[in-house]
Amino acid sequence: MSEEIVPVRTYVGVFVALLVLLGLTVAAAQIEHGTLNLVVGLSIACAKAGLIVLYFMHARQSPTVIRLVAFAGVMWFSILMLFTMVDVMTRS
Amino acid sequence: MNSSHSLPHLADHFDDPTQQFDAARLGMWLFLATEVMFFGGMFLGYTVYRFSYPDAFAVGSSLMELTAGTVNTAVLLLSSLLVALAIRSVQTNNSKQSVRLLFGTILLGITFLGIKAFEYWEKFQVHHVPGLSFSLGDAFPTINPNHVELFFSFYFVMTGFHALHVVIGLVLVSIMCVQISRGHFSSQYFTPLEMTGLYWHFVDIVWVFLFPMLYLIH
Repeated sequence: MSEEIVPVRTYVGVFVALLVLLGLTVAAAQIEHGTLNLVVGLSIACAKAGLIVLYFMHARQSPTVIRLVAFAGVMWFSILMLFTMVDVMTRS
Repeated sequence: MNSSHSLPHLADHFDDPTQQFDAARLGMWLFLATEVMFFGGMFLGYTVYRFSYPDAFAVGSSLMELTAGTVNTAVLLLSSLLVALAIRSVQTNNSKQSVRLLFGTILLGITFLGIKAFEYWEKFQVHHVPGLSFSLGDAFPTINPNHVELFFSFYFVMTGFHALHVVIGLVLVSIMCVQISRGHFSSQYFTPLEMTGLYWHFVDIVWVFLFPMLYLIH
């Protein structure tokens, strides 16, 4: 198959980056910032998910249509979340 | 007859192995998109009630075993690395190394479930499992215990469904180990292994979001 083989050091590098992000998110959660804690926690989770999708799941080397499906999954979930929370958060 | 039909794994209705591989990957990603919606409903429910009872959910989260959750995250991340390297080994026609790496993945998956089981057991000991014997004791007089119980309902359902996915992933990885050792795959054909990898990484990603939501909000 034509798929190019990713070097071992790329995979290991991504894994090290994931561990650093894990350390960061645990450390950041020890400091009280209120709402900022939630933003930091979820942003770091998104960064980790992005690394896994792009490198471990080979989205970087995948055809556009596959990247589109991945994007669509995130988008439909965002619509579910956004519209429900807009309702819940604006109830009097 | 077309010369490409001499390739043993190529089905009639595909032009070449790359097209066949991409079709399989597209199908798997579509399935994973439905899995996003499956877990998405639970994430949404959690978010709505966390918004409604922020203090009770913070209390529930503070009762989690942070060390166990952090170690389990690292365990799953390492298991994902091993799966990625195992696929790479098959791409370079090193089947033995691939089986060894997947064996590591299986051990890490079992470790994850073991730590999770320990956490569940601890929750039963201290009556933090939703149901008749749920009790917070006198520790949080200003908090409605029913709302904390709701947090634990989300905790058990979400981590329970995640653990079920880990078990399914372990079965798939075990089947891959057998097929690799029987010489089913090579750099020319390893589609089932790539699909199993996609599934395993997806389950890893679900945990990456569950961890901060359940363990890190205070």
